[in-house]
Amino acid sequence: MSAHEQFAEDLALHALGALEGEERTSLEKHLETCRACRLELDQLRGDMALMSMATTGPKPPQRARQRLLEAIAKEPRVPAAVPSRGRFNWWAAAGWAAAATMFLVVVQLRRENFGLRESVNQLAQLTSQQTIDLANAKRAVDALTMPEAQVVTLVAAKGPPQPQGKAFYLKNRSGLVFVASNLPQLPPDKIYELWLIPPGAAPIPAGLFKPDARGNATVVNPPGLPAGVEAKVFAVTLELASGPHDAPHGPGVMQGGA
Amino acid sequence: MSSADAKVVSPDVALVSAIRARDASAMATLYDRYSPVVYSVALRVLGDTEAAEDIQQDVFMQLWRNPSAFDASRGNLAAWLAVITRNRAIDALRKRRPETDPEDVVLSVVPDMAGEADRSRVAEKVRGVLSAMPAARRSALEMAYYQGMTHTEIAAKTGEPLGTIKTRIRAGLIALRKAFEG
Repeated sequence: MSAHEQFAEDLALHALGALEGEERTSLEKHLETCRACRLELDQLRGDMALMSMATTGPKPPQRARQRLLEAIAKEPRVPAAVPSRGRFNWWAAAGWAAAATMFLVVVQLRRENFGLRESVNQLAQLTSQQTIDLANAKRAVDALTMPEAQVVTLVAAKGPPQPQGKAFYLKNRSGLVFVASNLPQLPPDKIYELWLIPPGAAPIPAGLFKPDARGNATVVNPPGLPAGVEAKVFAVTLELASGPHDAPHGPGVMQGGA
Repeated sequence: MSSADAKVVSPDVALVSAIRARDASAMATLYDRYSPVVYSVALRVLGDTEAAEDIQQDVFMQLWRNPSAFDASRGNLAAWLAVITRNRAIDALRKRRPETDPEDVVLSVVPDMAGEADRSRVAEKVRGVLSAMPAARRSALEMAYYQGMTHTEIAAKTGEPLGTIKTRIRAGLIALRKAFEG
């Protein structure tokens, strides 16, 4: 509740637009300097919004939807300014010049305000994305550097050149970095799949990958990897690119015990 | 912090962002979601379907032309649209120029109403509070809200003192607030 009881009832009327005359002028002047009353006014407007939510009635006719969509389809991206006309008069011209200047100032201020809001929204989105990226990168670094991270080397069952893979796994944070080299190139319909195999349980998919032109590939923090799973073995199989990828179906390429 | 901790963007905010990018399908989605609220408020105030359609068109076109007028940090979209609609409809009813800039409409402590279930729950609760209110208080509040009458006009119509009308209107709004506190 506002600290200024003498304005309390006028604030409610003002929220509803029902205050007028001297009382309104007096309250608006007070609001310029009283933050508590401004906050109370915002609250009263929120209370007033609740009234609207209780309003029931028929749904709008279907033609209203069509009318809106047609109208927005015709809207220009930037509304055109409407030129003003008037009989030439020096005094009037001076007045109009002052008004035009003020108008330009207002337009510029509103544009700056709009731009600032856009910037704030973009910054908020950027910050959110960067927070996610940072968390992802930290998990990857932890999987590479923390003492409790498991380091597993995977080698080919037989035959040169020897494909080789290393899995860095941090089970409590489901951090996994897998680096492979010397991998044979694949036809378009094939793909490698990494598996985390817990003791006595079915293999868990840990990422799909294809090697680059030099036969190198990496998998970093594959999505959907559950946290806290003990790894007994990491393995790579050759699968159909079209799937399914929920369980190993193709031949084994390499594997390594943790 | 995991990715799951990242802030989830509400669907309304996402829709307004898409509208800002001139995505007409986002506008259609937003219309489907909130036109029942907007239209019923306009119709309740104006009592005329054609006039209510015009107000609804104005409100949604205003959002399309200036989506930045809605600031998610200053109230939720359902409530904001409802208040803008009510104010526009009252201006039309009283045949006066629009008195409120939508960018100035700030709503505090309004419950979440992004989902249809949320809106139904809020509507049910508000109707309960209104029906439990003393008739004179409810009547004063509805005359001010739906007919845009000033306290002077309400006092003249009811024959009650000005101070009594002021007190009833404020008490009515505060009763609604208290129903959603705690």
